[in-house]
Amino acid sequence: MKFAVVVFPGSNCDHDAYHAAKHVLGQDAVFVWHKETSLQGADAIILPGGFAHGDYLRTGAIARFSPIMPEVKRFADARGPVLGICNGFQVLLEAGLLPGAMLRNRSVKFQCEHVIVKVEHTDTPFTSACRPGQLLRIPIAHGEGNYYAEPAVVERLEKNRQVIFRYTTSEGAVTPEANPNGSVNNIAGLCSENRNVVGLMPHPERACELAVGSADGLAVLVSAVKSVTEGIFPAKAVAVAR
Amino acid sequence: MTATDEVLQRHGLTREEYQRILEMLGREPTITELGIFSVMWSEHCSYKSSRVHLKTLPTTGKRVLQGPGENAGAVDIGDGLAAVFKIESHNHPSFIEPYQGAATGVGGIIRDIFTMGARPIALLNSLRFGPLDDPIVRRTFAGVVAGIAGYGNSIGIPTVGGEIAFDESYTGNPLVNVFCLGISKADEIIKGVASGSGNAVYYVGAKTGRDGIHGATMASAEFDEKSAEKRPAVQVGDPFMEKLLLEACLEVMQTDALVGIQDMGAAGLTCSTCEMGSRGGAGVEIDVAMVPQRESGMTPYEIMLSESQERMLLVVKRGREAEVERIFDKWDLHAVHIGEVTADGRMRVKDHGAVVADIPTQALTDEAPLYKRPMAQPAYLADAQQLSLASLGAPPPASTVFRQLLASPGIASKRWVYRQYDHMVRTNTLVVPGMGAGVVRIKETRRALALSVDGNGRFVYLDPFLGAQLAVAEAARNVACAGGLPIGATNCLNFGNPERPEIMWQFARAVEGIGAACRALDIPITGGNVSLYNETDGKAILPTPVLGVVGLIEDASTVIRRTFRNDGDAVMLLGDGAEELGGSEYLKVVHGLVKGLPPKLDLAREAALQRVLVKGVATGLIRSAHDCAEGGFGVTLAESCFDTGLGAVVDVPAVEGAVASFADIATLFGESASRVVVSVDSARTAELEALATESDVPVDVIGRVGGSRIRIAIDGREVIDEPLADAERVWAGAIDHYFESRRAIA
Repeated sequence: MKFAVVVFPGSNCDHDAYHAAKHVLGQDAVFVWHKETSLQGADAIILPGGFAHGDYLRTGAIARFSPIMPEVKRFADARGPVLGICNGFQVLLEAGLLPGAMLRNRSVKFQCEHVIVKVEHTDTPFTSACRPGQLLRIPIAHGEGNYYAEPAVVERLEKNRQVIFRYTTSEGAVTPEANPNGSVNNIAGLCSENRNVVGLMPHPERACELAVGSADGLAVLVSAVKSVTEGIFPAKAVAVAR
Repeated sequence: MTATDEVLQRHGLTREEYQRILEMLGREPTITELGIFSVMWSEHCSYKSSRVHLKTLPTTGKRVLQGPGENAGAVDIGDGLAAVFKIESHNHPSFIEPYQGAATGVGGIIRDIFTMGARPIALLNSLRFGPLDDPIVRRTFAGVVAGIAGYGNSIGIPTVGGEIAFDESYTGNPLVNVFCLGISKADEIIKGVASGSGNAVYYVGAKTGRDGIHGATMASAEFDEKSAEKRPAVQVGDPFMEKLLLEACLEVMQTDALVGIQDMGAAGLTCSTCEMGSRGGAGVEIDVAMVPQRESGMTPYEIMLSESQERMLLVVKRGREAEVERIFDKWDLHAVHIGEVTADGRMRVKDHGAVVADIPTQALTDEAPLYKRPMAQPAYLADAQQLSLASLGAPPPASTVFRQLLASPGIASKRWVYRQYDHMVRTNTLVVPGMGAGVVRIKETRRALALSVDGNGRFVYLDPFLGAQLAVAEAARNVACAGGLPIGATNCLNFGNPERPEIMWQFARAVEGIGAACRALDIPITGGNVSLYNETDGKAILPTPVLGVVGLIEDASTVIRRTFRNDGDAVMLLGDGAEELGGSEYLKVVHGLVKGLPPKLDLAREAALQRVLVKGVATGLIRSAHDCAEGGFGVTLAESCFDTGLGAVVDVPAVEGAVASFADIATLFGESASRVVVSVDSARTAELEALATESDVPVDVIGRVGGSRIRIAIDGREVIDEPLADAERVWAGAIDHYFESRRAIA
């Protein structure tokens, strides 16, 4: 299958996502410059981490206006798999593809460290190869990852089973201590109502090889391959994109 | 114009230097020319006090692709690749405005690396502050860390290691030294040259503003109570702009349309213009009216001296301009054609066509003043080198000292700091901060690089020659502990006012020490930076040369960390100690003293030890390695346990030569050089014994890994028995404590 990694001018995890997809997983992968208007026939899209336009305003606030974004929206509307990692998640929030917003971390500092997240649901293109309740040890690296939404929105997300990743202890307990940034309900990642758009703050692409500390993140990308090749996520998205 | 004393003083020029300008020009300089001479002849740009000494350093070797004189040095790392690296200081700006000072320090060194055609892949930093119980120091410390994080994280270059030390002498003059390393093709290194008459000179990046005017001269003066007024001379960083420049410049370098490129760092447009011309044996003519400006009404003087960040100067082959402009356009950067390369070797600056400066480039660079400043052994030295342990009375019990040292900010965990740095981006980091030397793999090869920055100001204060040697040895030993063969070094020399003979003596002796150690360990110096005038109100910092060493690891899969790995492994000590408490963390923390002589260093022994380490790690024999530095053997053993959940039980022989009451303290906390605590499979201790003995390195099996306590005996008598969790809590929380507890009160 083919991954498209969208490159905003301030993306800095674009190479990492590309490396994980192409060299670790052995899949086809292409960079798509944000000023382009074609997704080059990709089967899944990754919006990578970084500081898309410097993020001096709000994180991801300018990226939603990039020429590639209408294509990403079309692809998402057609139920194609879209993964936003860290800044990519923030871009998805700003673009309205996922609900809510990011506040500064509770510590008011940038934090880079490994955390534990629990896979809450496996019926998304990026968790289909996981076990329900599977714990993943993957790193965070952000200053604004404190997820917030109106209580009614959070309630709806929980009811619709849209909370896909949650910060937990190494035993899987959802506690305030296990929450690195103050996110409401320990939310680390979400999916859209259609379940095909997934955003998360931790970096699965940084945890794809034991040499760099963890290979737990591989499950997220392997899920994408499984979902696309087994047709779990509909081919019609691919047809639209092509 | 005829310069009055007041005008010269404001420009940091002496009357003699002004005479020289008159002779070189054959006339009086314009105000713009005076400004240009002032920054180019400043200590910061001209190295006028240090150059005679720096020339003695070993700078060549079979791997050296680029020695000093360019934007950065480069060494061959095999596979057709080069490691391009340098360290640079941003001390003065970081005192005046900690966040921006540190941030722009990071920005500056990154530009130096990508200017050479290398993609930056790792940052390290070496920091010095006053004691953390001073609220102003805490503000500076937090600001510097946040500034380094803010810039490095945004641009996406991981900060993979570093070191921090604390001493009162740095209270009014913190040190912020930043090291950056990049990778380029060995045969595609790009230089900062302007050549080929008629080729176009381009300006790219941020617009020029009034910020940073006379930054270089500020960095060449001491601080006093008026320093806060110098805040406008500190620049503001824009990491996003730098990210655009980085990507766009690397893309331009893929074409062959580029002749040369240089960043506008200290002395801005002035320095880049005349240095590029001088290196290429050419002249450069620019018109400042073409330079993009952030503010209106800027004079040529201001434009030439501005140190606005994130700006580059490029020389592009004639006829290839459109190609280059197209690439910058893609990145939304405006490349502006501001002049041409000429054949006359002069730097000619015009303003709307009218010449405002016309100076031979050589006058500003190679022919800048050179001083052999007077030197004298400092008066403090004789007394400072005298240490009488007996006069200190009975020391506290070893277990008390153990906890005191683990809680000392210089030794305690720096997690509070490195958690704020993105140390994983680019997914190359094999050894993260706090685990010894930082290690990054080189994707698409089997190799990795181990990187370490080290320096101990106390040792250099007590004996500059020996102290500087110890800095080289420690940085090289640290990379060897990870399995890296030291192949190149860069240095950042932080000293006081060179116009004082005792400071100049410290500097000269330290440079001699670095040279001697680098020659003995076969590590060429490929570049670096000198930061002088690190004084506040006439009081100098501890002389602090910082060494950055690059180690090559042939097989990335063999890399090890400083921490123990397996329950039941044997703990072994390579090297041996003596009573060497001089200049130690113990003396400073417990007795408030910086006294005595630094530990002795046998360079042949050190070289042999490093060979044993590199070989032992490469063959998988050594499973963890951690050198004994601040806090000595006791702290090293504890740090080998931390973060692993594994305790250790060891028994070591007492060091010789100590007064009886200090025997335990000297054994546990003395800082004898060339010692490393390693762990090996308990069935393979004889192999390491054979390897070490054959290299004449003392070796001893001292105990084993395991249990939940740290237990240390001396000659069979237990002196430390601490629950691992307790010791680790003290060590892990010490720096947080300075910030968290105070926030709770506020």
